[in-house]
Amino acid sequence: MTAPLPRLPRPLRLAALPLPLPPLSLFLGAVTRRMVKSHPEMTRRLGDYGGHRFLIDPLDLPWLLLLHPADAAMTAHRRARPPAHDARIAGPLSAFLAMMHGAEDGDALFFSRDLTVEGDTAAVLALRNAIDDAELDLAEELATLSGPLATPLRGLLTGAERATGLTLHRMTRLDDFA
Amino acid sequence: MMELVCPAGTPAALRAAVEAGAHAVYCGFADETNARNFPGLNFTPEDMAEAVTFAHARGAKVLVAINTFPRAGAEPLWHRALANAEAAGADAVILADIGLLAHAADRHPALRRHLSVQAAAANPDAINLYASAFGVRRVVLPRVLTVQEIAAINREIDVETEVFVFGGLCVMAEGRCSLSSYATGKSPNMNGVCSPASHVAYAEEGRDLAARLGGFTIHRTPKGAPAPYPTLCKGCFTSDGQTGHIFEDPVSLDATQLIPELAKAGVSALKIEGRQRSRAYVAQVVRAFRAAVEAQAAGRPMPETMLARLTEGQKATTGAYAKTWR
Amino acid sequence: MDLTVGPNFFFWEAETIRAFYRDLAASPVARVSLGELVCSKRLPFWRDEIPAAVEALQTAGKEVALTSLALVTLKRERKLTADLMDLDLPVEVNDLSALIHIPEGQAFWVGPLVNVYNEGTLRWLIRRGARRICLPPELTLDSVAVLAQAGRDEGVPVEVWGHGRLPLAISARCYHARLHDRAKDSCQFVCGEDPDGRDVGTLDGQRFLTVNGVQTLSQSTASMALKVEDLQGAGVSALRLSPQSRDFAAICGAYADRLSGKISGADLAAMLRPMVPGGTLSDGFLSGPAGAAWSGEGTAAPR
Repeated sequence: MTAPLPRLPRPLRLAALPLPLPPLSLFLGAVTRRMVKSHPEMTRRLGDYGGHRFLIDPLDLPWLLLLHPADAAMTAHRRARPPAHDARIAGPLSAFLAMMHGAEDGDALFFSRDLTVEGDTAAVLALRNAIDDAELDLAEELATLSGPLATPLRGLLTGAERATGLTLHRMTRLDDFA
Repeated sequence: MMELVCPAGTPAALRAAVEAGAHAVYCGFADETNARNFPGLNFTPEDMAEAVTFAHARGAKVLVAINTFPRAGAEPLWHRALANAEAAGADAVILADIGLLAHAADRHPALRRHLSVQAAAANPDAINLYASAFGVRRVVLPRVLTVQEIAAINREIDVETEVFVFGGLCVMAEGRCSLSSYATGKSPNMNGVCSPASHVAYAEEGRDLAARLGGFTIHRTPKGAPAPYPTLCKGCFTSDGQTGHIFEDPVSLDATQLIPELAKAGVSALKIEGRQRSRAYVAQVVRAFRAAVEAQAAGRPMPETMLARLTEGQKATTGAYAKTWR
Repeated sequence: MDLTVGPNFFFWEAETIRAFYRDLAASPVARVSLGELVCSKRLPFWRDEIPAAVEALQTAGKEVALTSLALVTLKRERKLTADLMDLDLPVEVNDLSALIHIPEGQAFWVGPLVNVYNEGTLRWLIRRGARRICLPPELTLDSVAVLAQAGRDEGVPVEVWGHGRLPLAISARCYHARLHDRAKDSCQFVCGEDPDGRDVGTLDGQRFLTVNGVQTLSQSTASMALKVEDLQGAGVSALRLSPQSRDFAAICGAYADRLSGKISGADLAAMLRPMVPGGTLSDGFLSGPAGAAWSGEGTAAPR
């Protein structure tokens, strides 16, 4: 629990660099749409903040992500050209994934400066709380999206989790926190 | 065993608290009737009913905090919250306002009433007044008392006492503080928020991260240093050439090691602060404190909780429970 | 509308207090609440001044009440509170625990440190014997109007904060002692060095708060100078003026002139600014956006 947050391994970071943005945006959009659709309470909790644009800045990735919950949209952008936004949250990818999956507490990541927030703090709080209540599970969403490939993908993601230290699935049992 | 009363800002956090061993969970409705009226948090009446069913099936209680002070001319909103809590099957409501307590005693006599820390009942006279006038069965003691004072209070009252053992720490008498509304127009008493995020602005200035609340600079931290949330009373200020945390350092309460003394002082229930925190926080803190109250009941020494990194300032204090704090 | 003078928050010398109440007896205020509100340790230094002050004020035709402490925790403080009942004057309740000593039906006043936010609370206190209620300074004009009307319906005058540094918080911890690296029990009464409290600013030099022992005040002086008509319209019956170390008699006179229409709100504000400690005025609790704001011209917090 007190171990420092993992940073994305260098080979992965390098591999991500040349990825073309349009297909990436398409993929992110599909995952986001699926999550928003299957968790209507998340939209309710966000309330008016759903109309805000959140710039998510995973510091160990080559791109920025822009989340617009009202349209269930997420797009990827070059660091050199950050899009207009109402709030920015920056931190290592592992911090975002750990927070999303209930493995790490958002405030604690903020207190330790693993995460930093700029712009509309209240909107960020609403987003954090809405996601926390939704008990999202990225691995499950990806598996569901991939249809017949679900089973091999689950195995692949578990392996990836072990190799990278990233949290890719929802924390459920207490043992996960040990 | 001492009752462990745990926070839940969302249904997911409530489930996490119950699964981690909470004896009781406290939560509130998603409006200004509750003192943690933060964006994205809290329960609809339907959420509340489901939460009670979930908790009761696992032997845990649900306490509904309706602990702001009703706005003049808008009392029906608070009265509806009481009715909704009773309809949801809540085990108790946690109230602070005299008028609301009188209404609850009159209209919902069977609904158990706890006195919120926001009522700041800091001595036996106040507690006995609330007990006799409104049938209050338990008092959450303000965080201004020493363990000795708590023991003395328990000798003079007939109702249960609940004390905070972990989490954010008010240094002022709760429910009697308008520092936040002085700076932002929003207050714990009226709006259920203290140092609200809507009025927080961070700015990178030179080598510092400046945090402002309603335009007032609350602190500046060098890059890389821990960055506490700009809670007004934990800010860094200046006075006549002195600079420092004039009211309180950015620390949080951790009274784990005092649990045996608190038990001896007659305290019935231990409360964890943090309805604004995530289910990850709730699960970790509740599990640690469940182990602590079990150790206390078995006469074993208190475990080390190792929860400092979850807390504001990442440092812990025993707060007012030790007299030297004053 | 008339004027009430609230208890002095600060730790002044006995002679200063004697002169203060002697002057006040000659001022155009209708009533005075006095006694130690903030710290029970201060009381032995000036309690002997109370009987003479009460007598002087009553002789001058003013109503007088004795305040309870704002935060009662120690045994000696509970006894002090119980003893207030022996003095044959109405008690101004500023900590709800004082009520336990007041027999049902006996008249008392409610001070600004009791949380009266709504009609239910106001009516409960009136049923219990409240005969005058000063509302907490935090309320908005809308709330004040509802409560003043509810008070009228019950025949109980409702008063609001009129002038003075705002009592924003009370604690078990003494900030004056903390600033001097002293424990509360060995404070050596350092709060006596600051007759209007000790100012606290932000790291960017903004005027912000003022500490007074266990109490935290606003650094700005709240003034209803520009709000008199609004408050009259809302049915408020009195303004409460909170003592400050300088020019207080003149301040009472200026508010009386304002109530009688001799001077305007802007005139009063202009007179007050050089007289109040620190020179900043505020009235933002009443009409927003935040307590520190000032609705008139001139300095507005937080700059």
